[in-house]
Amino acid sequence: MRYLPKSPSERQEMLAAIGVKSIDELFSSIPERYRLRTPLSIPGPFSEAEVIQYFKDRAAENASGYSSFLGAGVYNHLRSVVTDSIIQRGEFLTSYTPYQAEISQGTLQAIFEFQTLMCQLTGQDVANASMYDGSTATTEAVLMAERLTGRQRVLVARSVHPEYREVLKTYAKNSGLRIEEIPFTKSGTVDVQALQAALKDDVAAVVVQSPNFFGAIEWYAPLAEAAHAAGAMFVVAITEAVSLGLLRPPVEADIVAMEAQSFGMAPSYGGPYAGVIAAREKYIRQMPGRLAGQTTDSEGRRGFVLTLATREQHIRREKATSNICTNQALCALAATVHLTLLGKEGLREMAEQNHSKAQFALTELLKIPGVKRSFDAPFLNEFTVELPRSVKIVNSHLLREKIIGPLALGTPYPDLTKHALVCVTEMTPRTEIERFAGAVKRALEQPI
Amino acid sequence: MNERIKKASRHTSQSEGLIFEKSSPGKRGFELPPLDVPAADPSKTLGANYRREGVEGFPEVSEIEAIRHFTRLSTWNYAIDLGMYPLGSCTMKYNPRVNEFVARLEGIASEHPYQPQELSQGCLKILRLLEKCLLEITGMDAITLQPAAGAQGELTGLLLIRAYLQKQGNPRKKVLIPDSAHGTNPATAVISGYEVENIKSGAEGQVDLERLRQQVTEDVAALMITNPSTLGIFEHNLPEIAQILHDKGALLYMDGANMNALTGITRPGELGVDVMHLNLHKTFSTPHGGGGPGAGPVAMKKILEPFRPVPILVEKENGRLALEPVRPDSIGRVKAFTSNFGVLVRALAYILAYGPGVRQATEDAVLNANYIRKHLEGVYELPYSLPSMHEVVFSDAIQKKNDVNTMDIAKRLIDYGFHPYTTAFPLIVHGAMMIEPTESESREECDLFIDAMKSIAEEAATQPEIVKTAPHTTRVRRLDEVAAARKPVLRWKPGAPRSQAAD
Amino acid sequence: MAYPKTFRYTKEHEWIEVKGDLATIGITDHAQHELGDVVFVELPKPGTKIETGKSFGTVESVKAVSEIYAPANGEVIEANGDLQNSPEKINSDPHGAAWLIKVRLTNAAGISDLMDAAAYEAYIAEKGKETSA
Repeated sequence: MRYLPKSPSERQEMLAAIGVKSIDELFSSIPERYRLRTPLSIPGPFSEAEVIQYFKDRAAENASGYSSFLGAGVYNHLRSVVTDSIIQRGEFLTSYTPYQAEISQGTLQAIFEFQTLMCQLTGQDVANASMYDGSTATTEAVLMAERLTGRQRVLVARSVHPEYREVLKTYAKNSGLRIEEIPFTKSGTVDVQALQAALKDDVAAVVVQSPNFFGAIEWYAPLAEAAHAAGAMFVVAITEAVSLGLLRPPVEADIVAMEAQSFGMAPSYGGPYAGVIAAREKYIRQMPGRLAGQTTDSEGRRGFVLTLATREQHIRREKATSNICTNQALCALAATVHLTLLGKEGLREMAEQNHSKAQFALTELLKIPGVKRSFDAPFLNEFTVELPRSVKIVNSHLLREKIIGPLALGTPYPDLTKHALVCVTEMTPRTEIERFAGAVKRALEQPI
Repeated sequence: MNERIKKASRHTSQSEGLIFEKSSPGKRGFELPPLDVPAADPSKTLGANYRREGVEGFPEVSEIEAIRHFTRLSTWNYAIDLGMYPLGSCTMKYNPRVNEFVARLEGIASEHPYQPQELSQGCLKILRLLEKCLLEITGMDAITLQPAAGAQGELTGLLLIRAYLQKQGNPRKKVLIPDSAHGTNPATAVISGYEVENIKSGAEGQVDLERLRQQVTEDVAALMITNPSTLGIFEHNLPEIAQILHDKGALLYMDGANMNALTGITRPGELGVDVMHLNLHKTFSTPHGGGGPGAGPVAMKKILEPFRPVPILVEKENGRLALEPVRPDSIGRVKAFTSNFGVLVRALAYILAYGPGVRQATEDAVLNANYIRKHLEGVYELPYSLPSMHEVVFSDAIQKKNDVNTMDIAKRLIDYGFHPYTTAFPLIVHGAMMIEPTESESREECDLFIDAMKSIAEEAATQPEIVKTAPHTTRVRRLDEVAAARKPVLRWKPGAPRSQAAD
Repeated sequence: MAYPKTFRYTKEHEWIEVKGDLATIGITDHAQHELGDVVFVELPKPGTKIETGKSFGTVESVKAVSEIYAPANGEVIEANGDLQNSPEKINSDPHGAAWLIKVRLTNAAGISDLMDAAAYEAYIAEKGKETSA
């Protein structure tokens, strides 16, 4: 087998050196009756070509050659081939967690650069080396707020991604946290008055997302003020990181939980992505996840080490800030390389293109009789429209024209049936946007 | 320095600053195709939300500078592609390149988790086949592929146990954890809402049945066990352990980090385990990537199946596969979307490459560990005499006499071209040296490792200073971790002094 | 380093110096030596009640965290603010400038049962023998 560097004679020699006659003897600590005597019933062995063929066959059964207008937390953005050529270098791909700093300076410096980029993007003081994704980062940010305030009530905007709220619920069930939802107004943004009414001195955190699940951009100031006046922490979740190329960062936030998938990570049917937590300096000791810190060696040269490890599970064990061990390091590296290539101007231009194309798409859609804009709040690259008929039916027509239509909001938001979340990125050519609008028009003209 | 034992050549030395230190306005590494729609005016459409100046301090470099920067950084790393990582319980095996290739295929990497399920049958078939293979390997009844890492798998497992016990009327209060356990175990127990009660290991580093009988009360929800233990020793009493727990209505959770000793040889499901997680980035070859991503699927007995996290993969009558996002008794969602799918693809590629022959990988892993054990017995102290499986734990007791400890020996190993083994863990062995070669090491590599360790032992006896001040050949030496913790500097700031990068 | 005769010592390596109904509490030279370079200290705020045998704070080195246990019952009057910026004082002057908290004792009973300097020195000498055995 090509992954095993042993010849049969070498195995025999090694067994002899150990002093046993067969490999079976080395498993003698497993009682006989529990040892498998038949081979596992799994497919294979496959040669390299057969492995590739298997996955090519699966790829052919997926969505090839479709135009997509889906976003909702996972975004199609341009990725340079340079990123892959870097993260596929064996020294990055096959290296371990940088606990041994002397032989991991590459990883550690890259993490330090990643942490810096995340701070620059979010306007926060410190950022960690990644969490599993945006949903768990948001959850961990809430748990952080719970530890810092000693309070148990959490107010979460209903306009936060439904699956993020589900994950938070799963974790909250066992920590005594009480989660309450704050409604959105007809503008599509958080209802500030409802928030103020719900705030009391027992609230640990107020959680909002911007742009929110409907694509609407939240204005942070009144939300942050209300939270802080009640002694609660203001947590901002960001699912579309490209938005920070054009939108002012959440400087009013105490903690930011961001999904970095938009920076160089393929959609890959749900993962792996990279969550990040960024926060104010004073909260650093309650922040979960690894941190790379700058230091000097015995001869005064700059180097980097994992630091503040006493927060983590391998030292604090049951008192750790989190149980996280393996994170999303290689994905964070992809983000670092991607952002380095894009640079200041590239990120701004990418965000501008997203914005312009989304504006264009909205204009085209609003020309169709019966199509209305759901919310009047400003948006970046996602917006919500109301259709005169079921989104699912419209989408089934679109599929026949090889278009994957916008997300129907009726399931996560029963009060928003017939509303659809449209996402347009820099990857959608104008001709496809026009074709999409045309297809929607045709779908709406079909007899019922 | 013993020249005979110079193996992998050291990294290239480069003086390389931070990317921000190379930046200059106007440079770009990536260009976009021109805009083909009318340009919006963000000052009008976004108003006060508009970030007029872009992200301050962001790098501005060309493509070649980006390539050189990251390439140079990479040369400062040790990696499996360069040589052995004898890290215990990490299973640093070869990361097959075909795995990377298939994960990047158009039609795999490009799929959106919310696209219609009828257009995702390829992805769902991958999930289904991986589920079947992992169930066959573990001997369990049901599985979830959702958790993003081993720690998240542990959390999921404990939440399953809690939900099951809750449904019976009482979730109970405590989880028993051996003193030899990995740190994620107690951290996870607390997050799941349980108190941690330590159970002291027996004389041979195993779970002590008598103590277990005393400690398992009706307040105990589960025991979290690692098998083989973190000493690399098989818990041959596992069926009795399961019985003791089951008799009191408690469950047995197995941390599957050490599956590399069991795959194809025995199945935890048949040993009495109720629920366990797997680390795909350990046993199933997906790359560590400097710290992640991983995946931590959780396999379970039928009794826990109704509580699985959503979404749940189901097979419909017409053979079509679907993901169901709602289940009445589910513990809920543990992660948005559908798992670290790209990692699952890589794990499946690994399994398919081996087929049933994956047993050979397990045998070679155990062979390598025992070969190393045989040759280092007597050179280093072996605290437990029971047979080792895929990893062996020595201690620094002999070398301590000259004031040389496990950390020193580990650092000296770097000078010999190896990554250190796992130091100071498990906690029950004072001065532990935990060595797991995996099946990916050739006999030659094992011999080189043995030679290095023997040479260091000799140095510890005759010239301890050279060991205590190691490593001597790396581009940075003895980094000041104390200063890094006292006054943390966690980001670059504009105007930061351009300190001397290591040369 | 000498162990002041006016202090009393606990098995968990804290020291306490009593003056009337006020007391100063710290960790011993032995404790700081075991910990290594101290990087961070977490102390209770004034007004916090401390209870004999219960943890009231932590001392961290790079690789370890140690709980600090109260040798008596009382209320915290002052926590040593210096240690925020200069945790290294715990290593250089654990019995003097690196005191941790000053408390008003609510129950001085039991303090006289704690070890005096000579007993403590014997205790750590004994412990030293155990670990190297």
